Amino acid sequence: MTIRLFFVIGLAMLLLGCSKDQVKEEEPVEVTDLNADSAVDSSEDGAQTFGAEDESSSAFSQLDDPQSPLSVRIIYFEYDSSEIRSDYRSTIEAHSLYLQQNPNTSITLEGHADERGSREYNLALGEQRAKTVKQQMLLLGANSSQIRLVSYGEERPASDGHDDASWQQNRRVEILY
Amino acid sequence: MKTFIKLSFIYFLLLPLKTYAVLDIKITQGIEEPIPIAVAIFGWSQASSVAPIDMSQIITADLTRSGRFDVMDVQDLPQSPTEFDAINFSDWRKLGMENIVIGNLVLTESGNYDVSFRLIDIYRKKQIAGFRIPAKPNLLRRVAHQISDIVFEKLTGIEGAFNTRVAYITVKKENKKKIHTLHIADADGYNIKKLVESSEPLLSPSWSYDGKKIAYVSFEGKSSSVFIQDILTGSRTRVSKFEGINSSPNWSPDGAHLALTLSKDGNTEIYIMDLTTKSLKRITKHDGIDTEPVWSPDGQKLVFTSDRSGSPQIYEVVIKNGTPKRLSFEGTYNARPRYSPDGKSITLVHSVGNSYHIAVLNLDNGYISVLTDGPLDESPSYAPNGSMVIYATTGRRGGQLAAISVDGRIKQRLGLHQGDVREPAWGPFLK
Repeated sequence: MTIRLFFVIGLAMLLLGCSKDQVKEEEPVEVTDLNADSAVDSSEDGAQTFGAEDESSSAFSQLDDPQSPLSVRIIYFEYDSSEIRSDYRSTIEAHSLYLQQNPNTSITLEGHADERGSREYNLALGEQRAKTVKQQMLLLGANSSQIRLVSYGEERPASDGHDDASWQQNRRVEILY
Repeated sequence: MKTFIKLSFIYFLLLPLKTYAVLDIKITQGIEEPIPIAVAIFGWSQASSVAPIDMSQIITADLTRSGRFDVMDVQDLPQSPTEFDAINFSDWRKLGMENIVIGNLVLTESGNYDVSFRLIDIYRKKQIAGFRIPAKPNLLRRVAHQISDIVFEKLTGIEGAFNTRVAYITVKKENKKKIHTLHIADADGYNIKKLVESSEPLLSPSWSYDGKKIAYVSFEGKSSSVFIQDILTGSRTRVSKFEGINSSPNWSPDGAHLALTLSKDGNTEIYIMDLTTKSLKRITKHDGIDTEPVWSPDGQKLVFTSDRSGSPQIYEVVIKNGTPKRLSFEGTYNARPRYSPDGKSITLVHSVGNSYHIAVLNLDNGYISVLTDGPLDESPSYAPNGSMVIYATTGRRGGQLAAISVDGRIKQRLGLHQGDVREPAWGPFLK
């Protein structure tokens, strides 16, 4: 259990570290024209803009404290279930409280499933997991407008393996600030 | 744009020189008494040059791959007659050969080709079928598949499905990023075309019944949308981008509607979109998961997956104000249904424990027969003649495609030399 907790915290820290200075861009999608054998630019106007790297230092907050329950950013689920295990109660409470105290902060709850079974069902399952977390957060004081849901189903596994240990890692909701 | 050029270049380099097929189709199990047949080398009108295409080789490969024929190796042919009168029947009979395909390829003055072929019963010394087909140079391969279709139907009684295409999605890792690509290829794995490429997931390709368009789900922009893409021109339209899930598109047989799964109203529900007006009709109303709608061939019903009973099971609803009716009762997990072309059965993903198999649900008696060994099989789709089911299977090397005959007697493996391949969707007969 302790090892597991450290892993989760470590992962959460890792995620925090990444999100600070990463400029996220929407990746272009290429559509191929079979007649012309050339690509059609799918962006509306063909132009692509780039932002400069954010060099302003970010303010420290209690989010960066690995001892805080807020540092737990991943909630794991049982097979084909969107029920939240009781050991995540304090995590969800802490995030809800944080959202309540910081009404301008918003999060994305990203739902995921393991690879077993059908992809579309897993997409729906991922969303149901994210929705369950959201509902609990709303009950605990967060505002609906602060929480965005997205499900990737089994398309974005945390672990690429095809075994119980990997599947366990993949049945999850990630809390992304 | 630059990335695209670079990628296609790498892609090109990775292809083996001898063949440009990505999908290498191997028969791993055929029927016990395959039909003996020989395919003679086709005659070619310009004897001084090499024929532009080896028709007999393509027909041989098609028939072999079907698992229902024992096709004589080209080097074992005692002769390669190109006309009926040139067939040495007694020689062929001595070899136990029952059928022979002969043919000719003629270059016409316009620069096109005339392909002719005859299927001959060696014991009766009678022609079973014979046709002449004019073809443009780029359609010669297609003509070879059409010949295979005719031979297959005449000798097995089953409509051939060689002149068809398959859509599928590949995923490969490049510089730690995943690249998702939606492709289409001929049913023999050749003639691969890339339709969409994205760093975000692509899923659920669905063919229109006329084979001219494909609907699919793309996560570009970090959320799901449903697109419809014209195969020939590559132009596409985003038909659904509501809040939440936009997924599981499936075409109505008349091509005018799309069934899909949306969660815009707070929960995954099934809707029908009128493609002209883009108006939506909601079909399900339940707290549980409702997804994976698929149209019955007569256009009157939808079947879908729902966990309203506590585990995923298959339900059917009559589109005109019907109440969902549960169809699957065996097993703890039944999902991702697809109708057989005759509408009498449904192929699906089935599990009773920890292993996921492709199975067929007989709609007359409700029985489920398991076709594959698992453990992680998914995305089944019928060939348009209903004789085979193509599906994705996960092994140690990642996702691969496989196909199995509905009686379980014939098995094929469709290998990809690199990366994951998944979500095969067998297209309709090409007109």
